[in-house]
Amino acid sequence: MQNEYVLTMEGISKQFPGVRALNDVQLRTRKGTVHALMGENGAGKSTLMKCLIGLYTPDSGTITFKGERLNIADTHYALSKGISMIHQELSPIPQMTVAENIYLGREPTTWYGLVDMRKMNRMATELLERLRIKIKPTVNMCELSIANTQLVEIAKAVSYDSDLIIMDEPTSAITEAEVEGLFNIIKSLREQGRAIIYISHKMDEIFKITDEVTVFRDGQYIGTDPTCDLSHGKLIEKMVGRTLTDMFHKETVELGPVFLEVENLSGKGFRNVSFQVRRGEILGVAGLIGAGRTETMEGVFGVTRTHGGTIKVNGKQVTIKSPADAIRHGMALLTEDRKLTGLYLNASVRENMFIANIKRYLFGPFVRFRKIEKDCSKMRDLMRIKTPSLMQLVKFLSGGNQQKVLISRWLLTEPDLLILDEPTRGIDVGAKSEIYRLMTEFVRSGKAIIMISSELPEILGMSDRIMVMHEGDKAGELSRAEATQEKILHLATGLSLTS
Amino acid sequence: MKNPGAITASRAENGQQIGQLIARIFSKYGIFLIFAAMVVVASFLSPAFMSRINLINIVRQMSVVGLIALGVTGVIVSAGIDLSSGSVVGLTAVVAASFAQDPEYATMFYPGLNVPLIVPVLAACGVGALVGLVNGTLVAKTRIPPFIATLGTFTAIRGLALLYTGGRPISDLTDSYNFIGQGDVFGLPVPIIILVVMAVVTHILYAHTKFGKYIYAIGGNEQAARVSGINASKYKMLIYVYAGFLAGLAGLVVSSRIGSGQPGLGVGYELDAIAAAVIGGSSLSAGGIGTVAGTIVGALIIGVLNNILDLMNVSAYWQQIIKGCIIVGAVIIDQLKQRGGK
Repeated sequence: MQNEYVLTMEGISKQFPGVRALNDVQLRTRKGTVHALMGENGAGKSTLMKCLIGLYTPDSGTITFKGERLNIADTHYALSKGISMIHQELSPIPQMTVAENIYLGREPTTWYGLVDMRKMNRMATELLERLRIKIKPTVNMCELSIANTQLVEIAKAVSYDSDLIIMDEPTSAITEAEVEGLFNIIKSLREQGRAIIYISHKMDEIFKITDEVTVFRDGQYIGTDPTCDLSHGKLIEKMVGRTLTDMFHKETVELGPVFLEVENLSGKGFRNVSFQVRRGEILGVAGLIGAGRTETMEGVFGVTRTHGGTIKVNGKQVTIKSPADAIRHGMALLTEDRKLTGLYLNASVRENMFIANIKRYLFGPFVRFRKIEKDCSKMRDLMRIKTPSLMQLVKFLSGGNQQKVLISRWLLTEPDLLILDEPTRGIDVGAKSEIYRLMTEFVRSGKAIIMISSELPEILGMSDRIMVMHEGDKAGELSRAEATQEKILHLATGLSLTS
Repeated sequence: MKNPGAITASRAENGQQIGQLIARIFSKYGIFLIFAAMVVVASFLSPAFMSRINLINIVRQMSVVGLIALGVTGVIVSAGIDLSSGSVVGLTAVVAASFAQDPEYATMFYPGLNVPLIVPVLAACGVGALVGLVNGTLVAKTRIPPFIATLGTFTAIRGLALLYTGGRPISDLTDSYNFIGQGDVFGLPVPIIILVVMAVVTHILYAHTKFGKYIYAIGGNEQAARVSGINASKYKMLIYVYAGFLAGLAGLVVSSRIGSGQPGLGVGYELDAIAAAVIGGSSLSAGGIGTVAGTIVGALIIGVLNNILDLMNVSAYWQQIIKGCIIVGAVIIDQLKQRGGK
């Protein structure tokens, strides 16, 4: 840890209309180390990184990089000085190829000035091979899965050959095996003397890969420690400013009758899947990206067409051809990508809450806003949504609060079964814990939850039973008592438990 | 073999893959296949269609809109739109003509003016590029939606053209000027040669230069382009300048073709150009999609359609109705493609 500082940010402040995003914060990063930047959503991590990469200009403070005072006005300048970034919001250009995306802004040219596609593809092939990423550089970005898109973003950030690489949630969409690959890349970068700033909500990653941790809270600098001096609990305490005794509010609820029974259901991306979920139960669905978990649940919910198999609700066979059918039978689906398929970002909290349930608030052709107002306020208190008013536009809320709005919407429809697809993806520890609390309360009232999640601690912490999927098949089922991280990974990677 | 259903499943997947392959070929080359089919059908419908004169006629008639459409394609690829090009044709036609009058003519616009041919040519292209610069600045710097920005210039530039000449046409242009629109080189009309040269240049510009790559990148995802270190405003501005330049060139060609600069020239051309680009696969709903080859074929489809309907004595009213249907049809196909790609 004697390495010299490659980056020193001091006294950085940034004010947005109505919000003090950063208040006199500092960050020092050493050469050849991985530096974790931790804090809840809204703590100012991304804002600080955006100041560093030239997307924002800080109101005050200094940035010294490699001994040189920098005035970073745009991304181009930051990149040219040797600072690159993997952005949290994936930002590919869908119609362009993988190679074109990687080398965007610095295309190799021939001597007569045209873009040298052949050289670019060759460079991309070499880069991807070196990083052991199996993607063809000539395919269009839109044909890649989210996981592969993220891998390309990682390759792109590495390809700048920067001295400092900022990784903002680089593993939010990739599988455990690919995370290992990323960590190997990070280790070799560290050996080459590069510095890495690593932002992630996944605690185990922080303890596995980082050397130092800097914590922010509410735009304030809290402190920097060597990772080995910290414990799980201590780090969380620093982040939230209070002790979280129990992250998962798990209570075992007395199980009621079977609510949903699916038998031999097939569709695009999954085959012959059977499972059931009982009232009072949380069924966890684990598996690697592309295992067909989302596809299965979308099939059950009537988003996509299914063939073969039967679906029984409360013991009676039903046909579900559209989400409207599923909602009528008491189901609700919280989608994985809340911005794409869930929230109306330009609408208010209130509108987002009652939109799925508007029929209940109609009086003839008129909308009964007073009743809506009452129900939505109740929901806001129940969910502890932090918003100045119900009329606030959803795009101004933090990720965790957006997720709570979306959950509120489905709770207002009073479903018997809530299907949650990655319910805590990209939200902070505090909000996660709140969502777990709500899940427990929900099943305690005799209702059921199916939760798809790629985070094993969450699956293990919250599920009563765990269904594991592998490449479109159901690979196995584990009870809460017998489930371990190893067993789930075994099934998820297609190995049988007995071998 | 885990279960017996696996084989049938993989066979079904194979069938699906072939289906996808056909769909992909069609979505990539569909417009060219449709055009080829149209030509075959047209040649059966009318024996006159395949004659050399008729074919040259089709291309010459589409050459002006074709030039505009080349620029409009780039603007649409950048996720913008240019409504001003028809008005630019009117303005550049009168400006160019005012520098190209025969000095023998009694009532000249600039009495006694006698300048070489290069002056009106540069004037037309320069004025066009200047209007493009205004469009580009409005779009890139003030962040007005391109539709509104160019709707403004569409209106104002037409007024400027009328103001410049007082509403009168500028006639009696020099022979060398008229050669641009009316002359032949190696048996090919000059407008066609200009179109072919500009199409090749534009194709290289869009598909093989950094500028082109950046236009596609900005149209596909502007934020991504910015974080990759691309100066998005600059390139957005430049694509409008290029589109303006091509519209200016179109104004030059059209005025020399009719031998007179008239402020009312080019009315509705902007929409024909947008139609050609859209039929040719440029997407108004998602940026980053569109090619020069597609746009040229799009313009040819409109040209062939008008021609064959003419040859078959279908009334001009019907021609308009059919053209409208084709534009909407092309966009429906585009939407289906977008959905299929997801």
